[in-house]
Amino acid sequence: MSGILAILEQREGKLHKMALEAVAAAQQFGRELGEPVYAALAGAGADAAAEALAGYKLAKIHLVQHELTANYTPDGYAIAFRQLIAMHQPTYVVLPHTYQVRDFAPKLATAMDRVLVSDVVGHRVENGQLVMVRQMFQGKINADVRFAGDAPYFASIQAGAFRADNLEAGTTEIAVMTPELKPEQIRTKPLELFRESARAVDLTTADIIVSVGRGIKEAANIPLIQQLADALGGQLAASRPICDNGWLPMERQVGSSGQTVAPKMYLAVGISGAIQHLVGMKGARTIVAINKDPEAPIFEVADYGIVGDLFQVVPALIEALKK
Amino acid sequence: MKIVVAIKQVPARDSLLKIGASGTRIEDADLAWEINEPDAYALEAALQLKEKAGGEAVVICAGPERAGQTIREALAKGADRAIHIEVAEGELADPLSLARVMARALAEEKPDLVLTGLQSDDLGYGQTGVILAEVLGLPHATLIMNVETEGAGIKVKRELEDGWFQNVEMPLPALLTIQSGATKLRYATLMGIKKAKTKEVRHVTAEELGGLSQTAVQVTRIYVPEKTKRSQVFDDPPKEAAAKLVEKLRFEARVI
Ligand SMILES: Cc1cc2nc3c(=O)[nH]c(=O)nc-3n(C[C@H](O)[C@H](O)[C@H](O)COP(=O)(O)OP(=O)(O)OC[C@H]3O[C@@H](n4cnc5c(N)ncnc54)[C@H](O)[C@@H]3O)c2cc1C
Ligand SMILES: Nc1ncnc2c1ncn2[C@@H]1O[C@H](COP(=O)(O)O)[C@@H](O)[C@H]1O
Repeated sequence: MSGILAILEQREGKLHKMALEAVAAAQQFGRELGEPVYAALAGAGADAAAEALAGYKLAKIHLVQHELTANYTPDGYAIAFRQLIAMHQPTYVVLPHTYQVRDFAPKLATAMDRVLVSDVVGHRVENGQLVMVRQMFQGKINADVRFAGDAPYFASIQAGAFRADNLEAGTTEIAVMTPELKPEQIRTKPLELFRESARAVDLTTADIIVSVGRGIKEAANIPLIQQLADALGGQLAASRPICDNGWLPMERQVGSSGQTVAPKMYLAVGISGAIQHLVGMKGARTIVAINKDPEAPIFEVADYGIVGDLFQVVPALIEALKK
Repeated sequence: MKIVVAIKQVPARDSLLKIGASGTRIEDADLAWEINEPDAYALEAALQLKEKAGGEAVVICAGPERAGQTIREALAKGADRAIHIEVAEGELADPLSLARVMARALAEEKPDLVLTGLQSDDLGYGQTGVILAEVLGLPHATLIMNVETEGAGIKVKRELEDGWFQNVEMPLPALLTIQSGATKLRYATLMGIKKAKTKEVRHVTAEELGGLSQTAVQVTRIYVPEKTKRSQVFDDPPKEAAAKLVEKLRFEARVI
């Protein structure tokens, strides 16, 4: 057992934005442990994505190729990557915590009698071993997690936890790996990807966004936040539960399942700041949060904030903006 | 169709979390509890499927005695019966050991469909459903927004990133992890609450099912994350805080 294997994600030849963050994590683990870092890709278009990846410093890129992994299925990927892991016996398997990884990685780890440490935001090395830091309680609590038992050790990396902008460059060899797969092993049949009706609201062009979360309590209170958005000349957006409840249409949802925005100012009102929301807005130039809980994770990304009851703070803010 | 729904009892939203003396778990004593949000949607999906296709909805819940309240609420909403896996208060488990215990509890059940939430609000592994599928030998799909029966199988709508979706066809039996928000949740009726008292709850301890453990991964410490960003946060009375904020936004950030 040696080395770190980063199992990455791509679609139609393009690396997932979190894939390079997982490479950054793997390279950092590799440096600290003195271990080589390998990468693996599968699915239609993986060859093109591997070419792009070959410009980074890796020991090798394993290109998993089979007609039964062209379209993603959890069965196909779990079987193929299990064979790759058995061939190369890495000590650590690192993945980006994407929706696809959520779908197959726990299955892969279970098939090998291991437990994936999911949503990793940090790490340290202790006695030559990685101790992972993962989030719990929607980002309010961190946990240190130690691997026990035998390698391989599986970990998935949360969005934004490692920075992809100072990856080590290099030229890496690409090796094709052909897994053994039979059609009857793939039990689910994926159909085409689609979007719901065209988006009538394009939040990505807004300069100012005022976003409302569950702190608003009920639909009847939404107009208060609309008034604030109007006072700022901004667009109204929301966290998922607001759209789930039908208080605002889904096209106003910001986050990993909704829109990704980068306005000049993003004002989050009564939003706790769960990672799935943060990934959709943390590129904003200035982030402002209004929350009654000073410990709310949203303050971790906010430039400015007011701790207080939004039902008092928002009217005061609307008044202050008139001056 | 026989449907099993896994529901978890978690601390109520906006709970003030205190870390217990052991440093590895949250102090439970003063907390209020509720059903994990996506699990409420999983239960709703099960009840709707049952209403359409007939059959039975069985809830399964691993938790200490207090979890009985969440189970009763599920029965009041329309679940037919329940399995309560009793866990010692504060016992730590990795999701694989939990899934194994749940799988053993389901050994005799032979469900057509198992539904779980996609993630728990407290531990947030986002894994228990997928692991349970693997342990039970079932095909699975995650982040499901809609389920339709189609011949002998089902067609499900998966949520992907950035507003994309995908339909997936799969055979039964199968396991699905349910995403929140797909439908409106029902309330328990008075009649339902009354009826719930007569419904069967099978009690079995985690011990009897092989026990929970942390053999592959161990939580050694939990803590409130350290703040790394220096935000300017005002906690003055609303009027003053608002004035300060507007001043900053106008003259420092220059965004308005
Ligand atoms: C796979 C997956 C995908 C997801 N996709 C998305 C997504 O695209 N977008 C998204 O937003 N979420 C998404 N989520 C959900 C996400 O994890 C959080 O549950 C959600 O963002 C929480 O929304 P919230 O902050 O509005 O609610 P809560 O977490 O309930 O927070 C409410 C906040 O309001 C504050 N508050 C309450 N009352 C007041 C008051 N009177 N005054 C001031 N503050 C108050 C509270 O202190 C709290 O911080 C996803 C989750 C998963 C697992
Ligand atoms: N103790 C439990 N009892 C019943 N179901 C559970 C339990 N823990 C997790 N689950 C189910 O597994 C899902 C995912 O949980 P997790 O893997 O902890 O994020 C939850 O939404 C529940 O449906």
